[in-house]
Amino acid sequence: MNPGRIGAVVIQIVFVVGAAPLLAGLIRQVRARLEGRVGPPIVQPWRDLRKLWRKERIAPEHTSWVFLTAPLVLVASSVVIAMIVPLVTVALPLDEVGDLFAVVSLLLLGTVFLALAGLDPGTAFGGMGASREMTVAALAEPTLLLAVTALAARAGSTNLAAIVNAALDRPSVVLSAQGVFALVALGIVTLAECARLPVDNPSTHLELTMIHEAMVLEYAGPDLALVELAASMRLLLFGALLANLFAPWGIATGTGVVEMLAGTVVLGMKLVLLGAFLGVFEVFVAKLRLFRVPELLAVSFVVALVAVTASAFLGGGR
Amino acid sequence: MGAAGIGAGLGVLGSGKPIVAEFPELLPFAGITIRLDPLGAWFTLTAGLIVVAASLYGIGYADHALRTRAIQAIFPLFCLSLLLVPAASSVSTFLVFWELMALTSLLLVATEHRERASARSAAVWYGVMTHLGFVAILVALALLAGQVGGESFAAMRAGAAHVPAGWRSVVFLLALVGFGSKAGIVPLHVWLPRAHPEAPSHVSALMSGVMVTLGVYGIMRVGLDILGGGPRWWGFVVLALGAASALFGILHALVASDLKVLLAYSTTENMGLVLIGVGGAMLLGAEHATPLVGVLLAASLLLVLNHALFKGLLFLGAGSVLRATGTRNLDELGGLVRRLPVTGALFGVGALAIVALPPLNGFVSEWMLFQGLVAGGGSHVASAAVTMPLAVGVVALTAGLAAATFVKAFGTGFLALPRSRGAAEARESPGTMLAAMGLLGLGCAALGVAPSLLSTQLDRAVRATGTGVLHRPVRVEGGALHLGDVRGVMSPTFIALLLVGSVVAVLVVMRLTIAARDRRRAENWGCGRALQTSRMEYTASSFAEPLQRVFDDVLRPDLDIDVTHADESRWYERTIRLHAGVRDGIEDHVYQPVLRAYRAWGERARAVQNGSVHRYLAYAFVALVVGLLVAR
Repeated sequence: MNPGRIGAVVIQIVFVVGAAPLLAGLIRQVRARLEGRVGPPIVQPWRDLRKLWRKERIAPEHTSWVFLTAPLVLVASSVVIAMIVPLVTVALPLDEVGDLFAVVSLLLLGTVFLALAGLDPGTAFGGMGASREMTVAALAEPTLLLAVTALAARAGSTNLAAIVNAALDRPSVVLSAQGVFALVALGIVTLAECARLPVDNPSTHLELTMIHEAMVLEYAGPDLALVELAASMRLLLFGALLANLFAPWGIATGTGVVEMLAGTVVLGMKLVLLGAFLGVFEVFVAKLRLFRVPELLAVSFVVALVAVTASAFLGGGR
Repeated sequence: MGAAGIGAGLGVLGSGKPIVAEFPELLPFAGITIRLDPLGAWFTLTAGLIVVAASLYGIGYADHALRTRAIQAIFPLFCLSLLLVPAASSVSTFLVFWELMALTSLLLVATEHRERASARSAAVWYGVMTHLGFVAILVALALLAGQVGGESFAAMRAGAAHVPAGWRSVVFLLALVGFGSKAGIVPLHVWLPRAHPEAPSHVSALMSGVMVTLGVYGIMRVGLDILGGGPRWWGFVVLALGAASALFGILHALVASDLKVLLAYSTTENMGLVLIGVGGAMLLGAEHATPLVGVLLAASLLLVLNHALFKGLLFLGAGSVLRATGTRNLDELGGLVRRLPVTGALFGVGALAIVALPPLNGFVSEWMLFQGLVAGGGSHVASAAVTMPLAVGVVALTAGLAAATFVKAFGTGFLALPRSRGAAEARESPGTMLAAMGLLGLGCAALGVAPSLLSTQLDRAVRATGTGVLHRPVRVEGGALHLGDVRGVMSPTFIALLLVGSVVAVLVVMRLTIAARDRRRAENWGCGRALQTSRMEYTASSFAEPLQRVFDDVLRPDLDIDVTHADESRWYERTIRLHAGVRDGIEDHVYQPVLRAYRAWGERARAVQNGSVHRYLAYAFVALVVGLLVAR
């Protein structure tokens, strides 16, 4: 394994960890501007993390090791995804380690641990958040995997590098019917999995509407910092995956320094666009009632199914 | 004995040569013939692993639950029958072992009949269902044996090709019904959530982990090996049954608040997943063998072994909880991870494994199943292009619901505050029980991190199904898992390493940069309320409520609210009693009408049988006359 390929992995990890809070800050900034506020600066999430990092470590009474390990597992699973998903370059040494299914399972691993941590303190809020989070996760899972199936069908493999390369080789498959359907389905699931509007409101602490925030209510200090960091990393990873699976142009195909630098810049630009779009979208969308969320996810499931069958019958595949 | 099972299983799988033995004297007219081929050996290996753990567990469990000595006598016999069923190689031998297994397990289910009426009714349900299944298997195998004129499996295999297609389908469907009832496939599952919870826990582990999978063995043995596959609609039937079982099982597991009932329904779900793999393989392999057939069968077989490991572990864990707290009701448990640290941690491992999360074994088999189904959707068979993506959707929904189910089971059972005195005063189980669970937990982790341990064995077992699998379905190259001609690659070993590495890295960073070392314990945030009690927690039922509401068309929960008002005014309630529950819809709408009709017939027959001797003599006389007239 040459140093360039190891460097690629390091760049990806640093990029994901470094840029994730900025992406969250950007979305907030866009929302604030559209709502006529000045809003906090884009680096505000980083400042919050630094503040939390210096605080005392507090855990609720009666909590067990599950509560303490959940933030670690959450961050670790996101870091592993950052290592195996082609973000900056396709030529990753760890491509054979995990495919899209593995990525989905790693995401679920984090979700499960966080839900368990929500139940651990034994408060009503934690249980409520965990219950709702698992409801959304359970219903989002089929769409996620069907979208994976649709993407795999066009590349003949579930491995990420193969999918990205297939799109690079033949840009027409991305713009085909099945590509658009898969994009819509994955987009809806991204909103659900990352606890964004209209499924969950990331900026609320109103007890009856919370999902993610209710679950992490008992975290404080550095543990909370880890949870927040991981949440923003997951948002960035979903966004980058959407960008690279459906619009891979600009991603580096080798591990040269200039190439990877360009790849990083292009990825950054894609994410800025995506973040701005999400910010605008969230201004115009209201949160759905909790029991309307399954209908939204059912729609995304059908769209994903259409994508898969379209790719089988229209022969957009191999 | 279990060790002998493991030895025999590994020996056959390792060498690829079958073990053959004949005991002509043991059974009149037929004799016992044994031939353990790699397919059977895979199941014997599975059985052996769980038998070892369950027996070890039984040592510590005995002083708690076993008030009769009968179980100690029957348990080894049950274990022996589990090990021998996959080795039988003729119809009569197979049926003898099969019935031995059914009868011994029936007696074990009924061991606690003096304590609980529910154990009696469970035993009755189980006895009836298993014998109806037995009849179906008997008729199926006897029909086939009659058609080919020989009762050894080898003769049947050779002659099956010449049997007319109609008969082959009849035999297959009967075998599917018979074996499906053992595997707990919807709608023949009704005995499973009754019988498994009532048996002593190490017996439940064997029943749920091993005995049920022998139903799948039967379907594979008869459908694939002896009949050599069939038309495409066989595959559709098996696939549809599998999908229905998976969804039905997991939905009921989700809303169950009895820990062992939850695990039993989840067994139905897992057998459903196995059958999705088998059905997919039959569908794709109907015309000619493709490498994908091998991949799907390998996924099914690996899932069988994995399921035995984690379900065994979970049932043993549930037994440990039952022993410590005296209850199986999740709504009364809680906080056990501090009272029972080892049981809690091991149950957690089992829960993560069954949810198919990396880096544990369930993930590997589910990944293989997904790969096989996804690749099957893009294969040459046009009808598969629609069914396979739907199957992916079903498996994915099942996986998501399983995650919710086991977060509920572990989260409300083991985390949070204790909800009853029993849970608050629980004591950890003795060492032998913990060792048995540790063994299975180790198995889950080992097969999750290094599936290469058994890849050649799995390969041999798949090829022994006789579906003409051309390539090696499972290869491990450089730590990465390759499947047939599927281009997806994954390395569970590296994922585990990276995960552990990342956790350590985060820990190191925290150590280096955080000034505060010690953690302070503080009270929960209670919205300004001072007191927090366990009555404010989310219970298992409340956890599952949103999903129950989403799926209420399928689950149809009953809700009863009784309100008694105060005498002074009807605006003041004195008591409010709420009863909510989910009943098994299939049981209510399919079985109960049949049982009612049966009972009505019985009532009608009583008119004929009124106890008068004269009348009975008249019946006998009429019968004699009619008999003579007919026989004339």
